[in-house]
Amino acid sequence: AARLSGGENRLVSLPLSRIRVIMKSSPEVSSINQDALFLTAKATELFVQYLAAYSYKHGRGKEKDALTYSDLSHTAEECETFQFLADILPKKILASKYLKMLEKEKRDGEVEGDDEEDEDEAVDEDVG
Amino acid sequence: MAERPEDLNLPNAVITRIIKEALPDGVNISKEARSAISRAASVFVLYATSCANNFAMKGKRKTLNASDVLSAMEEMEFQRFVAPLKESLEVYRREQKGKKEARKDKDKKADSEEQDKSREEENDDDDERMEEEEQNEEEEVDN
Repeated sequence: AARLSGGENRLVSLPLSRIRVIMKSSPEVSSINQDALFLTAKATELFVQYLAAYSYKHGRGKEKDALTYSDLSHTAEECETFQFLADILPKKILASKYLKMLEKEKRDGEVEGDDEEDEDEAVDEDVG
Repeated sequence: MAERPEDLNLPNAVITRIIKEALPDGVNISKEARSAISRAASVFVLYATSCANNFAMKGKRKTLNASDVLSAMEEMEFQRFVAPLKESLEVYRREQKGKKEARKDKDKKADSEEQDKSREEENDDDDERMEEEEQNEEEEVDN
C-alpha cells in the first residue's frame, strides 16, 4: 500500500505535469497515456525511496545520522541496479587528499600521474 | 522543445519529503545529497520513458501505456516496484473513474452533445484536463 506522509493524503506526491514535461523531452515519444504518466510518477517516488534507503544502509560514510553525497556515489559505483547513475554521481575527493596521494606516490618512487582513476575533480564535499 | 532547465527538475520540497519517508527518524540529508537524488530521479524518468517507449514501438503503438511502463521496470531491474505499482494503479483508476463520473453529472446539466464528444477524445485531452485539476490542487513550491 502507498505510504502516506503526514497530512498529505495523496496517492502520488510528485506533480504529474512536471513528470510529463520530462518524459516529453524525449524526442522519440509521441504521446503518453494517463495511466502510464501516473505509473512513471509513482515509480519515480519508489525509486527515490529505494536509492535513499539503499545508500544509507550501504554507505561507507562514517556518519550514522546523515545521508551524504558520498553514500550515493558509492551506491552508483557498487550496485549494478544503480549503475546508470554513475555518470551523474561521480566520486569526489578532497583536494588535500589528492595532493597527499601524489606526494606519497612520489616518495614511493612510482611514476606520477597515469595510474589515477578519474578522481581529477578535487572538490570539497560539504555536509549540510 | 524549448524547456527551461528548471522544468526538468522535480520540486525540492517533495523530493525531500519522499527521502525522509525512506530513512529512519532523525537522519539528516545533506543539501548535496538531496540535490543529487533529485537529479537521479530526473534521469530515472528519462531512462524509464526510453525503455517504455521501446516496448510501445515493439507493439507498434505510438502511445505509451501502463504495461509499457511496467515492462520497463522489469527491464531496468526494478521488479520490486511492479507489485506496488499495480496496486496503486488500481486505486488511481478508481479515483479517475469517480472524477469522470462527477464531471459527467455536472455536464449533464449543460450541453449533452459536448459531453459525448469529450468522452471520445484521446488521452492528450485528458492530460490537459488533468493539468487543470492539478493547478487547483496544492502545488509544491521550491524552498
